[in-house]
Amino acid sequence: MRHKLALSTLLSVFWLINSGHYTPLILFFMVVSTAFVLWLCHKMNIIDDEAQPLQLTFTIPGYWVWLIKEVVVANIAVARCVWQGRASISPSVFPVKANQKSDIGKVIYANSITLTPGTVSIDFKDDEITVHALTSDSAADLQSGEMDRRVCRVEG
Amino acid sequence: MFTLTCIALLIVMSLALIRAFKGPTLYDRILAVNTFGTKTVLLIAVIDFLKGRPDFLDIAIVYALINFISVIAILRFFEYAGKEAVEEEG
Amino acid sequence: MELVLDIISWLFLLTGSFFCLTGAVGLLRFPDFFSRIHAASLTDTLGAGLILTGLMIQAGWGLVLPKLLLILLFSFLAGTTASHAMAKAALKSGLKPLVVNKEEKQSGEKPSKS
Repeated sequence: MRHKLALSTLLSVFWLINSGHYTPLILFFMVVSTAFVLWLCHKMNIIDDEAQPLQLTFTIPGYWVWLIKEVVVANIAVARCVWQGRASISPSVFPVKANQKSDIGKVIYANSITLTPGTVSIDFKDDEITVHALTSDSAADLQSGEMDRRVCRVEG
Repeated sequence: MFTLTCIALLIVMSLALIRAFKGPTLYDRILAVNTFGTKTVLLIAVIDFLKGRPDFLDIAIVYALINFISVIAILRFFEYAGKEAVEEEG
Repeated sequence: MELVLDIISWLFLLTGSFFCLTGAVGLLRFPDFFSRIHAASLTDTLGAGLILTGLMIQAGWGLVLPKLLLILLFSFLAGTTASHAMAKAALKSGLKPLVVNKEEKQSGEKPSKS
C-alpha cells in the first residue's frame, strides 16, 4: 500500500510538471493514466522494495551531497589530466569488493563509481566490481573504501 | 551569454563528430555519438532560453530519452551481431 | 539582486562550457577507448550539471525549473548507465584496456591499438 501510494504520487507529480495545463479535463486524464500505470505495475508485479526503494528516503540525500562533492573533485582532476596530455594518465584495471547486502545497494555503489569521472565500473560478478581507473590517484581513492562504507550506511 | 554557451556546445559537438568519424573501433563511434546526443539535449535547453520559448524543454526531455534508448539498442544489436562485426569496424 | 543572479548564472554557464570543451578535447586526445569514457563522463556530469544549474538560476521559480531538474537527473542516470553498458560491451567483445601499471596485471597486458 505504501509503495502504491508513493508510485501514484510520483506519477501525478511527473504529469503535473510536464503538463502545465490545469483544467478539469486534463486533471481527469492524469488520474486515469496514473491508475492505468499503477494497474500495469501491479500486473507486472514490480511494486516492491526494489522498484520503489522507500527505505532509502531519509538516508540518501546526505549521500547525494557527499557524492556531488566527490564528482566535482574528480572532475577537476580529470580535466587537469586532459590538458596535461597523455603523460599524466596511468590507466589501470582492478577488482573492488562490494560489501552491500542488498542488490539495490550494490547498484548504487556501481553507479556511483561510474558517475565519478576517473573511475568506470566495467564488469560486475557476484560481489566483485571490475573497475577501470584513469589515474593512480582515482584508483587509490576508490580502494580506500570510503564510498563502499558510505553506501553500506545508506542501505541501513 | 547564451550565445557563447551555444557556440561552445557546437564546438563540443563537432569535436565529438570528428571522433565518430575517426573511430578507430566501433565503441569509440558509439561513445562519440552518445556524447553528441547528450550535448544536443543541452543545446536545445540553451536555445530555449536564447529564444525565450520554454516549450522547447519538452523536446529536450524527449530527446534525452530517445538518445539513451538508441545507444542501448545499438549496443544490444552489436552484442548479438557478435565479434565479427566489431572487428570489421576496428 | 537581479544582476548578482545574472552574474552567478553566467559563471555557471561559462564553467560548464569550459568543462564540456575539456571533455571533448579529452575525447580526441586520450589514447584508448576506456580512457575516452572518462572524458565523455566529464561532459555528462559537471558540464551538463553546471550549464543546467546556470539555466535554472535564469529560469527562476516556475514550471521550467522542475523540467530542468528532470533533465539533469535523467542525464546523470542515463549517462552512467550508458557508459557502463558501453564499457561492458567493449570488454565482452574483446577490446583490451590499455594498462600502464605493470603491477596490476588484471586483464590487459596487451595494449590495444589506438
